[in-house]
Amino acid sequence: MNPIIILHAGLATGTILLFAAIGEVFAERAGILNLGVEGMMLMGAMAGFSTSLSTGSPMLGLLVAILAGGILSLAHGLVTIHFQADQVVSGLSLTFLGTGLALVLGQGLTGQNPPLVPSFDIPGLALIPFIGPVFFANHSLLVYVGYLFAPLTWYYIYKTRPGMHLRAVGEKPEAADTMGLNVYALRYFYVFVGGCLAGLAGATISLSVSPGWFSELTTSGQGWIAVGLVIFAQWDPLRAAFGGYLFGALRRTILDLQGPATLFGLTNPLYINPNFSFFLQMAPFILTIAALVWGSRAAIRERLGAPAALGVPYIRGERGL
Amino acid sequence: MTETPYAVEMEEIVVRFPGVLANDRVNLTLKRGEIHALLGENGAGKSTLMNVLAGLYKQAAGVIKIHGRPVSFNSPKDAIAHGVGMIHQHFMLVPTQTVTENILLGLDEPRFIMNLPHYDQKVRELQAQFGLQVDPTAKIWQLSVGEQQRVEILKVLYRGADILIMDEPTAVLAPKEIDELINTMRSMVAQGKSIIFISHKLHEVTAVADRVTVLRKGLCTAEGISAKGLTQADLARLMVGRDVVFSVAKEEQAPGSVVLSMKNVSAQNNKGVPALRNLSLELHSGEILGIAGVAGNGQSELAQVITGLRPCEGSILVNGEEVANQPPSKAIAQGVAHVPEDRTKVGSAPNMSITENTIMKDYSSEPIGNGWSINFTKARTRAQKLKKMYDILAPSVDTMARKLSGGNLQKVILAREISTNPRLMVAVQPTRGLDVGAIEAIQTLLLEQRASGTAVLLISEELEELLSLSDRIAVIFDGQIMGTVDAKNANIDQIGQMMIGSKLETL
Repeated sequence: MNPIIILHAGLATGTILLFAAIGEVFAERAGILNLGVEGMMLMGAMAGFSTSLSTGSPMLGLLVAILAGGILSLAHGLVTIHFQADQVVSGLSLTFLGTGLALVLGQGLTGQNPPLVPSFDIPGLALIPFIGPVFFANHSLLVYVGYLFAPLTWYYIYKTRPGMHLRAVGEKPEAADTMGLNVYALRYFYVFVGGCLAGLAGATISLSVSPGWFSELTTSGQGWIAVGLVIFAQWDPLRAAFGGYLFGALRRTILDLQGPATLFGLTNPLYINPNFSFFLQMAPFILTIAALVWGSRAAIRERLGAPAALGVPYIRGERGL
Repeated sequence: MTETPYAVEMEEIVVRFPGVLANDRVNLTLKRGEIHALLGENGAGKSTLMNVLAGLYKQAAGVIKIHGRPVSFNSPKDAIAHGVGMIHQHFMLVPTQTVTENILLGLDEPRFIMNLPHYDQKVRELQAQFGLQVDPTAKIWQLSVGEQQRVEILKVLYRGADILIMDEPTAVLAPKEIDELINTMRSMVAQGKSIIFISHKLHEVTAVADRVTVLRKGLCTAEGISAKGLTQADLARLMVGRDVVFSVAKEEQAPGSVVLSMKNVSAQNNKGVPALRNLSLELHSGEILGIAGVAGNGQSELAQVITGLRPCEGSILVNGEEVANQPPSKAIAQGVAHVPEDRTKVGSAPNMSITENTIMKDYSSEPIGNGWSINFTKARTRAQKLKKMYDILAPSVDTMARKLSGGNLQKVILAREISTNPRLMVAVQPTRGLDVGAIEAIQTLLLEQRASGTAVLLISEELEELLSLSDRIAVIFDGQIMGTVDAKNANIDQIGQMMIGSKLETL
């Protein structure tokens, strides 16, 4: 129960959720709900792992993982943007498709040891007491990328012209259309960005945070947590990053709780019977289900600030647009 | 530039939609520096014609010339590049973004990083030039409808448009805002802009326009005739093709007992913001109480709390029975009929037939149903009777609701509501977006209800409608009743003042 270890691990596992959730923020800000995050992550995890194994380059692995997630997401884009089908149904199918593909293509990867994304200390900063060992020591390159990525995406969404266009497309596509923006192209693009980041999140698992290929247990439902996290984060990348780290630290705490025989002078029930910790491990998923159910009510969405056109296919009006 | 006096010349424009000829060889010319009114009933093809000029639709035949030069628009961007800007009836604004952000939407400048304060300043300069005051840093959802419209106008001016198309710009405004808009339009024309102005309101057309073009069923019935000397009756005849009765006759009658009594009712809107604040009002049988106000001041929520669609605090008695925070079935049982604001989504089920839409309130009771099954033969017979009685134009009672025009759909809804013999009718914007003929029919139905002793709560943004139909008019602002006046000797200025937040006592 060392706070430094818990926070350090929280940042590492939180980075997975950070990438996946920010990717979903992009897609949902553009008005497209993509429930296929879990499938895209698993594809990314498999593709990255397999590429690193065969080429010896974890960086190439990350690139292929990003592309794998992105390409898979275009299937969702085609179905929901071009054919204007139901986004929930298509997203769920994408999870099945991605999971199935990854399991088939990933046969034989279990137990292999490809080169991983390097971990290192940040010179100087790592020496600061407490802060150093938590934030700047022995972290994967991807964790450091995540530190920069969240504020940069926040800046992009709220302070740049393309970010403003992104928000407009998800809030009021007809306004964007009449002002000459290509709603369809922008939606495709941000669904693709979301897919790329989900792929990266997957490779963050398999090539860095908990290296290895364990079939569907590689992601073990974290894609769903990312989708729920977007609601908690109110579609804000900084909050999504913070929430990701919090979830990460929470999971580590639950794991660590099984360690000591006594807690605060009392016998630790989790030490006596570790099966109890299953219930605690369920907590993030129960929270996710609660968030998805709660966040599906229209009134609550409006209050939370969900993009107004989220989930609504855009069709240029036949009359009176 | 050629020396033609025309900013726009549209010649022999033809637009076809599947099964409809929306514009049939329509001509329209706009002189530089004039206000040109485009008139017509709903579905006459006005919006279609303007959407062609704004680059949203492509004409099947015909030529468009801008300042004498033939042009071809493939997108709104092309139209904007030629100085044509459209101010849409339903505002094309992103509610969560600021005024400046909305104005910059879709432009190539700034390239990447938004230096908003710099652009706020540019917007202020533009505002000063045309007298269109609105805080550039405010978010759209915080603005009144009039202010939002100013943003729409600023949007096209910022793009350097010198030809402005305004699609029913006065439909959503309070009287004072309409005066301001007309002043703005005059000032824009004085600075060399040209304006095409679409309207239903004939008195505005005769007051503002220099010339008038009238469409009826896709055909021109008047091509750019001078507005001077035209009367409203002339225009109505050109639009409808027959003489129109302007004010529906209303019999004097004394109101009866109290049907609806609301005491200290408060409610929140969907965003969790208070929409009704300690609102109290009373309504008697055989009386029409008009609720006037600018859109978004609690009108929708008022209708929803009475009909059981929104939770609230306080007490709402219908015939002495509490209906606040009760399911809608309780209100229905007390004889509350509802003509909702959104007739296509709330008032009807678009993918169900006229028959099915007419039985939605009594499908489970005799003679239509018995709680288990529905007798569709009886339902259809009754629907046929209603269709005839209410003059609903549709191929048959099996026609889907979504295929009906606004006026006919509203008649279906009224037919259903009236056939339940209501004691209280809550009608929200019952004539919005309807053409002159349909408005006449709906208003007559409401007055018949009044004559038969029903209490009618009429929520409308059309002041004229309220003045001609209501017995009393209550003005709502920010969820409170500013005051209630007698409709017979109501003072429009006074009502206008109350609509923007002055209490009756202080006037």
